[in-house]
Amino acid sequence: MRMIKKAITWGTVKSPWIIHFNAGACNGCDIEVLDALTPRYDLERVGILKQGSPRHADVLICTGAVTLQTRDRLIQIYDQMSHPKFVIAIGTCACTGGIFDDCYCVTGGIDSVIPVDVYIPGCAVRPESILRAVDTLIAGLQEKKGGEHHEA
Amino acid sequence: MNDNQIVLPIGPQHPSLDEPGSFHITLEGEKVINAVIGVGYNHRGLEKACESKNYIQNLYIIERVCGICSHAHSTAYCMAVEELAGVTVPPRAEYIRVIVAELERLHSHLLWLGVACHEIGFDTMFMYSWRDREKVLDVLAAFGGNRVNYGVNTLGGVRRDLDETILELIVKTLDTLEEEIKLFIDIAMTETTLINRLKGVGKLSREDAIHYGAVGPVARAAGIAHDMRVYEPYGAYREIPVNVITDTHADVYGRTLVRMLETQESIRIIRHCLKSIPDGDITMKVPRRIPAGEVIVRVEAPRGEDVHYLRSNGTDILDRIRVRAPTEANWHGMKHMLEGGYLADVPITIAAIDPCYSCTDRAIVVRSQENTNVMDWKQLRHMSVDYYKKQGIDFAACKL
Repeated sequence: MRMIKKAITWGTVKSPWIIHFNAGACNGCDIEVLDALTPRYDLERVGILKQGSPRHADVLICTGAVTLQTRDRLIQIYDQMSHPKFVIAIGTCACTGGIFDDCYCVTGGIDSVIPVDVYIPGCAVRPESILRAVDTLIAGLQEKKGGEHHEA
Repeated sequence: MNDNQIVLPIGPQHPSLDEPGSFHITLEGEKVINAVIGVGYNHRGLEKACESKNYIQNLYIIERVCGICSHAHSTAYCMAVEELAGVTVPPRAEYIRVIVAELERLHSHLLWLGVACHEIGFDTMFMYSWRDREKVLDVLAAFGGNRVNYGVNTLGGVRRDLDETILELIVKTLDTLEEEIKLFIDIAMTETTLINRLKGVGKLSREDAIHYGAVGPVARAAGIAHDMRVYEPYGAYREIPVNVITDTHADVYGRTLVRMLETQESIRIIRHCLKSIPDGDITMKVPRRIPAGEVIVRVEAPRGEDVHYLRSNGTDILDRIRVRAPTEANWHGMKHMLEGGYLADVPITIAAIDPCYSCTDRAIVVRSQENTNVMDWKQLRHMSVDYYKKQGIDFAACKL
């Protein structure tokens, strides 16, 4: 069992696959996530691949304050992901709700619905910070601290 | 629905959609028979949030209606407040607004080209166009201090002045971009695989475009010369000649051409602005309390006509703001565009209007029932006062 766990951690550290979900963002952070995958920053060169299906992904990248409409979908997507799974909250809205906190249609940050591993504040988050967040997450995994909370 | 038809639900989370939106598509074989579009996942109650903040604070909320056309929204909001306050913006500030607006159009259209090419499997072009988009973002970041919501606008003018280094950077960037965009236009005009893939997809004829109230590149690709910069010039556009780009293809290919040629036009406008920008102040003082009144402002965002309605009541907090983003107007024709097409064309047809769900999702559903009770503002206020009286709170003494 320990061997399998080791293998899974090794695989995740080498090449974490991500899935992106917009829980009610203004598009700014979403575009920056996509931007991190394009030539200037090119996250793919460190083995990070964007996936379409939650079942194929290790890391859930969430942007935006959670609206009432997306809340159930976010939980569903999180449940569909296989273990070990990690969540990165991208942007101030995803961390705390940001300027949309206390709106009648917003439940708050991502952590009001699902557990979050890495928080990246910023409006909008720069692609460099996204690289840093992924780096923090991987470093945390290597120390076998995955699942604990880190501040990027 | 007969036995041959199946309903395919797409979204709200879907690899080809960056934002949450759901589509229920009825298929007969490969053909789309019916499409039901569900938006509203991004509704954050932004207009209501604006009613509890003052005018300056609202500027930051309005800028976050959408992360891509943020400058268009904040320009419309600033223009509305300035109109109500009776403030004239200094000419230099108006020129700076136009320069930023056109830079925004450049980056938005390059972004769209990348996303559209990604939808049809042309990933090389996606990478090329996003690589060049970074250059525009560098300029915006150098000028505004942020890559996405640059916060250049303020009530009564702009927050930052163009200095020599920024001017040099803009000129240099435009020169390199012009070459790259020439290549993109060349590819769009001559690449047979691209043309065959896009021609005849997502048709919206001139009559239909008028019927469904399409705006922006979708309308212009159907041959309607509808551009707020020309139709109803505002700010510095009153002095700058703008050529409206139209096309007669009335399909996704036409929209591609319109957007690509518009980037060239944007470069020309920015160059014209840099040459003729007047000297002087960049901001005027706007009073904290805005006189009562209501105003509608129309601005040409990268995606089309952006309408802002604002009602003030003489205090430093506004009464009501309504944002009609361009995507909202273009959604109405979407059902028509999808029906009769093929399933494989659905992603590109949706992408072709350059949908921005966060812009759209502030719609109010009006249910058409016979006993619908339409109330005006006064009646609504009386109702709320009565409601709170029953709860033991008396608001009647408060004067708004």
